[in-house]
Amino acid sequence: MTDNTKELIINLGPQHPATHGVLRLILEVEGEIIKKCIPHIGYLHRGVEKLSEDLTYVQVLPLTDRLDYLSSMINNVGFCLAIEKLMGINVPERAKFIRTMMAEMARICSHLLWIATHALDIGAMTVFLYAMRDREKLLEMFEMVTGARLTVSYPRIGGVRCDINDKFLEELEKFIEEFPSKVEEYETLIDRNRVWLKRTKGVGVITAEEAINWGLTGPTLRGSGVYYDVRKFFPYDAYDKVEFEVPVGKNGDVYDRYKCRMLEFRQSAKIIKQCIEKLPTGPILAEEAPRIRMPSSPLKINKEDIQFEIYLMEKNIEDFIKKFTEVYASVEAPRGELGFYIVCDESAKPYRMRVRAPSFVHAGALSRLCEGSLIADVIANIGSIDIVLGECDR
Amino acid sequence: MKETLYVILITILKTALYFGILMLHVAYATYAERKIIGHIQLRLGPMVVGPHGLLQPIADIIKLIFKEDIIPSNVDKKIFTIAPLISLTAALSTFAVIPVSPQWFIADINVGILYVLGILGLGTYGIIFAGWSSNSKYAFLGGLRSVAQMISYEIALAMSIVGVIIMAESFNFIEIVNRQAQYPLGMFLFPQIIGYFVFLVAMLAETNRVPFDLPEAETELVAGYFVEYSGIRFSLFYLAEYLAMFCMSALATICFWGGWTIPPLLVKIFPFLSFVPPVLWFILKVYLHMFLFFWFRGTLPRYRYDQLMAIGWKVLIPLALLNIVLTSLIKYYL
Repeated sequence: MTDNTKELIINLGPQHPATHGVLRLILEVEGEIIKKCIPHIGYLHRGVEKLSEDLTYVQVLPLTDRLDYLSSMINNVGFCLAIEKLMGINVPERAKFIRTMMAEMARICSHLLWIATHALDIGAMTVFLYAMRDREKLLEMFEMVTGARLTVSYPRIGGVRCDINDKFLEELEKFIEEFPSKVEEYETLIDRNRVWLKRTKGVGVITAEEAINWGLTGPTLRGSGVYYDVRKFFPYDAYDKVEFEVPVGKNGDVYDRYKCRMLEFRQSAKIIKQCIEKLPTGPILAEEAPRIRMPSSPLKINKEDIQFEIYLMEKNIEDFIKKFTEVYASVEAPRGELGFYIVCDESAKPYRMRVRAPSFVHAGALSRLCEGSLIADVIANIGSIDIVLGECDR
Repeated sequence: MKETLYVILITILKTALYFGILMLHVAYATYAERKIIGHIQLRLGPMVVGPHGLLQPIADIIKLIFKEDIIPSNVDKKIFTIAPLISLTAALSTFAVIPVSPQWFIADINVGILYVLGILGLGTYGIIFAGWSSNSKYAFLGGLRSVAQMISYEIALAMSIVGVIIMAESFNFIEIVNRQAQYPLGMFLFPQIIGYFVFLVAMLAETNRVPFDLPEAETELVAGYFVEYSGIRFSLFYLAEYLAMFCMSALATICFWGGWTIPPLLVKIFPFLSFVPPVLWFILKVYLHMFLFFWFRGTLPRYRYDQLMAIGWKVLIPLALLNIVLTSLIKYYL
């Protein structure tokens, strides 16, 4: 018998139940051990960055919803921040608090879906439905304010679209009150489960130095023990007016990343609570924000008027910008640092927009995380870095 | 001559009846699983077909039978078609010797336990063949995992029953149950608690159930060894899995829970319990174990391949050996 063996190459995805959308991994395995892992992306590419070059800044906003569709609110905020920085708009206090509140709701929402799918990938089916139950309540609250559940397009350049009412605040307060006990419920199912601990502890370890070199951000970086959070380091909206902690892990394994996110649940709830308490009154949209003055009655709408209004708005933006410049603004998305880098010419449309998507960076790090581990660990790793392919491929 | 014919006829009739009842149980075990897991997970489970979805299993069977039977072009056709039959035949054959009550059995042979363990082991061939002949990498990995798992856990499973055999001094199922009835609790569960624990864990692994469902890990290997199967052939594997679950539950009931007998202690307290027919006790105990299967599925995540092996070889087999030594020592000196 000659010793003529070669590695088995497995194609994981893009249609695979555990690759969170359309990620494709080429695995070279020897038995069950992975020798090489090559992530392939691009199956969900829609050309958002290119598309936005043909749209005005106001029109680009709904496109950002479709990046990370699980926390569209935060994407909107990130984009708005960039444009506000560009135009020098001061956002009213009330709008800042509403944005912060909504962003944290979106973070909880996104983390809930993460724990649901992460647990399902490792085999704990029940957590999936428990998390979905609570996510549903948040989505209903989004619907109450914005009319949409997933792609909300709620923040506007210079504020937010519409004000929130007392009924919404009441619902939110009730949810926040009972939410920490719900988090404990998930933890009883998995955190005290020997099988879960065995599957997550010491799996997919990445040291702090390596994590920084790979460009990881968010809970994936904090799991390795690096204290970095855009909300603390470059505060935006009302994050400098609320108190919260940034949970940091130690070992940089799947379990620490999981633990970080579980602690973030509680911090987010804390932030929302403070936002409700400190919510000031006042306008929700800045005076100088680009907007279209709609006729008072829908019956009076006439096409030429609207077109003229749009022209005025574009003119307004152009007046603000005037010069060839560039701007970068970033937010702490549930997955990591989400940045918008915009180069603008004199028009009301971006010359070039580039999205710094955490999922894209994290997907690249998969090859480092998975090497030398077992096939089952790949699934745990994909879950723990929490990628959304809509954002990764854009 | 006439008598031989008579015996053969009766056996065939008995087998047919046994088969029919068993299939009905399997069909409704799938229903029970979906309902129980549904309620664990804040869902209702099947609700549409019939009242409370009671006719769902029947609708499923009809659907599976009439579905197109797809055989991929690159498979080894002969083995591909035989594989599910091997699995099913092995699982079904075990019931030939499993007695349901003192009067109700198809065959009463002296080496019942050995027969069941041997035949169940054959079922692994179905899975290996399916994984190998599918010519698919996922199925192949599923098949490989299953071989390793089945081989290592079969040892633990067989060893865990040795304690029972020592105590009962027989391989015969009816004899084992009768021996248990002499104990005040009417079961080997407490003197054989280590054995029962090992059996329970090995039972989950042998039937490829959560937390040891690696050969068919949905999120890793999509469906594992039967990923290329469809329609009726797929359902044969499914059937074999459920039959194996029933078989393991019946084995646990007979070897550790006193089979169809009622604990004598319980009868002393509630005399009316002795009027309950033995078959009912048996079914109750079997379904208790079936419920365990469902409960685990609703609660536990999945082990990793190397961890599964570690548990099998480093925990279960030493424990089973310890159990054998302890049981023999006690048996020898008492």
